[in-house]
Amino acid sequence: MAGLELLSDQGYRLDGRKATELRKVQARMGVFAQADGSAYIEQGNTKALAVVYGPHEMRGSRSRTLHDRAVINCQYSMATFSTAERKRRPHGDKKSTEMSLHLKQTFEAAILTQLYPRSQIDIFVKILQADGGNYSVCVNAATLAVIDAGIPMRDYVCACTVGFVDETPLADLCYTEENGGVSSLALALLPRGGQIALLQMDARLHQDHLETMMEAAMIACKGVSKVLDEVVRQHLQEASALSRD
Amino acid sequence: MLKSKTFVKKTRSGGVVKIVREHYLRDDIWCGSEICSECKPETTALQRDARIESSLCTYPHYLIPDTNVVLHQQIDVLEDPIIRNVIILQTVLQEVRHRSAPIYKRVKDMLHEKDKHFYTFTNEHHETFIEREPGESANDRNDRAIRVAAKWYSEHLKTFKSISDGLEVVLLTNDQGNKQKAKEIGLQVFKDEYIKSLIANPELLDRLALTNDEKNEISRKVLFPEHLPLSKIQVGIKAGTFLQGTYRASRDNYLEGTVFVHGEGEESTEVLIQGLTNLNRAVHQDVVAVQLLPQDKWVAPSSIVLQDEGTAKDDAGDEEDEDKKPTGKVVGIIKRSWRPFCGMLNVSQIKESTRHLFTPADRRIPRIRIETRQASTLAGQRIMVAIDGWPKDSRYPNGHFVRSLGGAGEKETEEEVLLLEHDVPHQAFSQSVLSFLPKMPWSITPEDVAKREDLRHLTVCSVDPPGCTDIDDALHCRELENGNLEVGVHIADVSHFIRPGNALDQEAANRGTTVYLCGKRIDMVPELLSSNLCSLRSNVELAFSCIWEMNHNAEIVKTRFTKSIINSKASLTYAEAQMRIDDTTMNDDITKSLRGLNKLAKILKRQRIENALTLSSLEVRFHIDSETHDPIDLQTKELETNSMVEEFMLLANISVAQKIYDEFPECALLRKHPAPPPSNYDILIKAARSNQNVEIHTDSAKALADSLDVARVDNFPYFNTLLRILATRCMMQAVYFCSGMDSDFHHYGLASPIYTHFTSPIRYSDIIVHRLLAVAIGADSTYSDLMDKHKQSALCNNLNYRHKMAQYAQRASVAFHTQLFFKSRGVLNEEGFVLFVRKNAIIVLIPKFGLEGTVFFENKDKTGPNLVYDEEGPTLTVLQRTFHIFDKVKVTISLDASNIQHQKIRMALLEPMIPGVSVPAEDLEPLSKKSKIDR
Repeated sequence: MAGLELLSDQGYRLDGRKATELRKVQARMGVFAQADGSAYIEQGNTKALAVVYGPHEMRGSRSRTLHDRAVINCQYSMATFSTAERKRRPHGDKKSTEMSLHLKQTFEAAILTQLYPRSQIDIFVKILQADGGNYSVCVNAATLAVIDAGIPMRDYVCACTVGFVDETPLADLCYTEENGGVSSLALALLPRGGQIALLQMDARLHQDHLETMMEAAMIACKGVSKVLDEVVRQHLQEASALSRD
Repeated sequence: MLKSKTFVKKTRSGGVVKIVREHYLRDDIWCGSEICSECKPETTALQRDARIESSLCTYPHYLIPDTNVVLHQQIDVLEDPIIRNVIILQTVLQEVRHRSAPIYKRVKDMLHEKDKHFYTFTNEHHETFIEREPGESANDRNDRAIRVAAKWYSEHLKTFKSISDGLEVVLLTNDQGNKQKAKEIGLQVFKDEYIKSLIANPELLDRLALTNDEKNEISRKVLFPEHLPLSKIQVGIKAGTFLQGTYRASRDNYLEGTVFVHGEGEESTEVLIQGLTNLNRAVHQDVVAVQLLPQDKWVAPSSIVLQDEGTAKDDAGDEEDEDKKPTGKVVGIIKRSWRPFCGMLNVSQIKESTRHLFTPADRRIPRIRIETRQASTLAGQRIMVAIDGWPKDSRYPNGHFVRSLGGAGEKETEEEVLLLEHDVPHQAFSQSVLSFLPKMPWSITPEDVAKREDLRHLTVCSVDPPGCTDIDDALHCRELENGNLEVGVHIADVSHFIRPGNALDQEAANRGTTVYLCGKRIDMVPELLSSNLCSLRSNVELAFSCIWEMNHNAEIVKTRFTKSIINSKASLTYAEAQMRIDDTTMNDDITKSLRGLNKLAKILKRQRIENALTLSSLEVRFHIDSETHDPIDLQTKELETNSMVEEFMLLANISVAQKIYDEFPECALLRKHPAPPPSNYDILIKAARSNQNVEIHTDSAKALADSLDVARVDNFPYFNTLLRILATRCMMQAVYFCSGMDSDFHHYGLASPIYTHFTSPIRYSDIIVHRLLAVAIGADSTYSDLMDKHKQSALCNNLNYRHKMAQYAQRASVAFHTQLFFKSRGVLNEEGFVLFVRKNAIIVLIPKFGLEGTVFFENKDKTGPNLVYDEEGPTLTVLQRTFHIFDKVKVTISLDASNIQHQKIRMALLEPMIPGVSVPAEDLEPLSKKSKIDR
């Protein structure tokens, strides 16, 4: 059998989307009462849960305390049942550690940390079902959770993965596409200012194509931001309606 | 606008894994018809007036073929220009893609063709998507999906009844069950009868593949044992009871063949297969599973050889006649490698019969039974036939007619045949390939100018044979201020236009090389590139330059490579260039440059010849009459002036090879020419010794060259050339390889430690070398396939294969033109030399025509004269007259047209006179008579 045809001549992808179309995004904020902030997001079949604690006093080793801003502590994990084959270890492996670091970098760029010196903000993200674009879904979930916790940010951080097939950038890759030999790039954007919080790519790509990929990724991120914005507004409306009653 | 739908899918190898994929259904997939006002597509493919003249469907209609129709060779029908307005469903396209890559490509090509009005309907993401029901097989589900989509179409089109003029959709299937079900839901559905109903195109019917349910003959005697299923074969191969290998039929004996078993490491073995039942329907080149017979049933290969091939197979297996070879039988076919075959029809004896046998041009392919009603028109034509299957009760495989190539013996037809038979891709370039061509009018952009070195001020000129349209190299030479000379070789920069990975690049990689036949060229890239944009004619062009600084002794001081822009000041022919050099009154820049080049080339050549071999091969070259395209004369001599150009091309190739190897020791594409094993020279040494008592040393290329130089006989001036021709036959093939996969780089013929092809971008190898070099000098970026040595070496294999096939095709073309020539000349008497001595024949070379032919002394049906063959000489004694290699003889040459598929040149001995063997000199009418004797 020949490999999968990721983009048909008619311009449709495996799941019927066109090149620039995102998967269906559904999200909810404030799913847990215990945490300071929480959110649940579904981006197609990738589902993630984010929980935020803080800002609070430094816990654990006090030596990590920063005197001018807050420390961001991120932990990324995947549920053992999240992938087709059962995972042995939910977190702590190389990939998860790397992902945690990426998340930390992303949110250090977005949260106004200097408002909370000598304190700590914890962000925990768990992938419940993995179907591609894990990093970006985590970022989007964590953004909602941070907003839910009422921690001031410069802007939403929206992330999206983009792949490159037949000279065309594909937005928001699913698992089959990610594994189909596509060089993919993940980009986290602060959409209003257009600043890039994180850009990560570990595939081979011709230099000439980088520009187009980044452009496509930015457009996709802006699309995500619109959806997230709607979710936040919806949530606020519901919350205010509740408190009025 | 998105509806989401998830569904559960399939398992993977090993463990069972549940895979969940999203599946979006869309509401923006249009029907693609011109009459539809509801859909809003950007382009419509299906015409309003969709008429195919058919007696079954008198109304206008769109066709929807199901998968089996497309897949099972009915594609030959769909490709006919009369079939238009066809809806290819995505379900069908996907199934075809899974099942057969070549057919998928053909369908895609059709979809791209605007005139065919083919439309792809993405039904899987449309509201007509259906889920597989419990207990339903994947095939049934697809059939149902096709029916649902067809139903949707028919209903959709009905809403425009007022303007549609009775437009309908017609489902084509060749499955009775599917047809039944489609009828039930009220669809227009047809099987083969639709094709039969097409008015004015009865020949389309012959292109229909024979389908299984049409097997109307009551099962006769079973001729062959059943093939084992693949699962059993795999078990057997693992257990070692079966062997897997490629079947190769014998050219000489249709009841015999060998299976080449690729063992692990060195142990590749050959298994002999004899007899119809043991061959069990294997066709040449199939991958088969064989079972060895018990040792007491092993046999020796039969030595019965048709006389026609007597010379081709003389030494194989003669010594081992007593040794029995491993013998086996075919138990199953792992992979068929059936392709359409060229050949001719043997019209059946019964006049009314529609079944006829087809004889392929390749003797290794069995005869094929086809069904046609136009036998009388096809007789005498070259036709193509595809095999559909080989039932176990049939003596011959069943096939169907694909197309006619034209009358046998006609020039165009025969050229087509030899291209097809040598697997030379020669179709017109598809639309997708052409779409990657630069837009015309093309001009050099300012970015090009910025990136490239501007060499437009240099006096660059090109020197080529007259009439050459693809001028891909140019030269310059000028004096530098420090007294040294600067020499530049400028090669057309094709890699600038052919970007890695696109359809154009893939097509070129597949074609591998440009093939030159007599009077015809099969391009590797579209002509716009090869003879327009990448032709360094007298104007400004992009080039890849290799520039040396040399002193006056032709020693290289400095080498550099650069992408450049050049302005060729003149396009000269070899003769013009020679005239300028010789004419002392001319002193312009071009002439000075040429003189400089010529001077250096002479020094380079002298240096090179000290080490390298100069071999000689006589090739027949034809002057083709420009109007009638018939060969008018033969020319066997080459002009001397091209050695100047050749010398610099060699130098450029060597310099580039060194550079890319230094830069990429793992993945440089190089060319090597292995030294022949010493035994190859035996014939040469023996021949020289026995004939003129001359010793030839073959310890090294140098020794061979030296001894060839001194091997001259006073009263026999042609002796030296003959020796060199013979030496050429001892050589090995030069091949491309990837430097990371091999350690021996030596080029024996050129005596160079490293070599590659850079100077002729009409070969794909040169394009890769261009890319490597461009990366090495930082002018271009790399891509992953270029750096992958396994991919490179796979590419090299294809290139070597294409080059070999191109060479064979070229020779076949020369042979064919030789035949044409002798056909027009009738019978000729000529002098020649004995080139080889065989057991029952001598091979004679006619220097005047550069033609080789065989003189047989033995006939199949009558006992020949007394022949004594001495292997040591080698000599052949015919009735007390002994023939040595290089003996001078006189022969009569004629064309034997008795077998119209395999016409050949006949030679018969005139002198020396041997009674009963030679033909009398005045016997000059022999064609028909003699061929009768020969058969």
